Amino acid sequence: MAQAYFHSVTLDKDRCKGCTNCIKHCPTEAIRVRGGKAVIIAERCIDCGECLRVCPYHAKKAVTDKFESIHDYKFKIALPAPSLYGQFGPKYTRPQIVNALRKIGFDYVFEVARAAEIVTNATLEYMNNDKVKRPVISSACPAVVRLIQVSFPSLIENLLKIESPMEVAATLSRQEVNKKYGIPAEDIGVFFISPCAAKVTSVKAPYEDKVSKVDRVLSFKDIYIPLLEVMKKDNDKQEPFSLSSAIGVAWAGTGGESEALNKGRRIAVHGIKNVNDILEQAAQDKLDDIDFIEALACPEGCLGGPLAVENPFIAKVNLKNEIENIRKSRAHSVHKIDNVERLVWKSTVEYRPIMKLDDDMMKALEKMQKIDELTEGLPGLDCGACGAPSCRALAEDIVLGSAKETDCIFKLRKKVTDIAYQLYEIEDINLSGNEKYQNFTLPNRKTEE
Amino acid sequence: MKKAVIVRDYTIPANDFTIAGEASSNVRKILTQLGVSPNVVKRASIAMYEAEINAVIHGKGGNAHVEIDENKIYIVISDEGPGIADLELAMQEGYSTAPDSIREMGFGAGMGLSNMKKHADILDIDTEVNRGTTVHITVYFNSDKKI
Repeated sequence: MAQAYFHSVTLDKDRCKGCTNCIKHCPTEAIRVRGGKAVIIAERCIDCGECLRVCPYHAKKAVTDKFESIHDYKFKIALPAPSLYGQFGPKYTRPQIVNALRKIGFDYVFEVARAAEIVTNATLEYMNNDKVKRPVISSACPAVVRLIQVSFPSLIENLLKIESPMEVAATLSRQEVNKKYGIPAEDIGVFFISPCAAKVTSVKAPYEDKVSKVDRVLSFKDIYIPLLEVMKKDNDKQEPFSLSSAIGVAWAGTGGESEALNKGRRIAVHGIKNVNDILEQAAQDKLDDIDFIEALACPEGCLGGPLAVENPFIAKVNLKNEIENIRKSRAHSVHKIDNVERLVWKSTVEYRPIMKLDDDMMKALEKMQKIDELTEGLPGLDCGACGAPSCRALAEDIVLGSAKETDCIFKLRKKVTDIAYQLYEIEDINLSGNEKYQNFTLPNRKTEE
Repeated sequence: MKKAVIVRDYTIPANDFTIAGEASSNVRKILTQLGVSPNVVKRASIAMYEAEINAVIHGKGGNAHVEIDENKIYIVISDEGPGIADLELAMQEGYSTAPDSIREMGFGAGMGLSNMKKHADILDIDTEVNRGTTVHITVYFNSDKKI
């Protein structure tokens, strides 16, 4: 079970100041501040990367593989996420970026955008089946899938049960390389070039018993400068074979996946809080007139990924330029795959009841009652000074045994006052008789009762 | 020892759809924390939501009272609205007295009461014209009712 709670998102203790920014923004209340440092509750974390974004001290980081690890394999395949094209300004076009990937050490490049087009076709076929539960919710964003697993179990049946573009790209690129060059499988290393921390987790610790076809995940941040240096020196604009069409590239931004379907009523939602709100509505059957929900955890979708280099809004205009270029140049045929069934999940993901207070219902009820009572007694400011995101979360922690009531500074102050009074009573100090304490008055005890 | 019962009371505002879903959403979270199965959580929260929405549309708002014990959730939604003149007719799918303005907002399709019946294990409705309506919804945690 060592792999069960692997997370890409981790904490750099030296940088953490113990402030309350991350605990307040975590969608699954997975972070607490304990002993002046943030602690991530592993089983609750969905790797959405929201804490990486909000931490003013950059104390949250996403663990990825080192660029040097490409030398672990004889034949290296790069799978660039389409959002990579948004990281560079109009000077550098997609063919240049793809060529540069080969120049920095990769033997082969397979665009994830190509796989995205295949997934679009598979999705259309999947949705032709009227028996499929609507609205279908995209499973392309792993943080959203994990959010559904912990917070919206009734929506698991709505998930699009098609492999993600990254996985499809990994499978197809291995086949292509094997067919073209006869390279044996054990010599091939597949490297996903990622803007996303959750994808790292998907590769290292996939859902349930799934196995990822990707070997390593490299961050945009680590590969950006090497790419830029190559492109500055050597302006190779020659178009590589088998580039994807505009449809696959558009997947990088919000609306790309849903618009590619080109039919039905579709929602494109991005940003983890907005996603949560939409899923909330879907869980209450309020969205039964919607056919498809594209939900991406990051603001502006993968362009806003925590490992991206460029500001997401600038990346958006870069990507838009690129898409216009593609449409102007030539219409590539959309890549098709004969056997869509191969892309359908063999097994579904499971409900992870991590919010559950106790396995025994009676005990859970008793705990809930205690939580209610404790919450009632807390100040209700949700200040976060105790290290929990809200007063209720502190009450839950107390009942579950990981915190104490005096972690609340208001409760602590009250207790200190009480103790002061007790000491006063024990000692029976006559303050008024002592010149030193002439101006000293104990705080009014009744105000806080 | 006294049996543990979780009690919640909510005020349902008049004519405010944005707040209307909050109580049922909150109840959904409580049930999830108690470890109630996803299917039952969904049924209880949908039935409650429909009743809440009815109180918003027809009842000029009202109150929601929720009791949860180890076997069931019992929800009472009461309003002091116009009441339902013909309950049997109102229970039919598609029957609605909601004004056009409400329908334009995507509500009032006449599915509320029948949806409640579909999702609840027990549904009791007390209604009196010009006095108001009280809806009692019970969902059992071990019920295998499918939706």
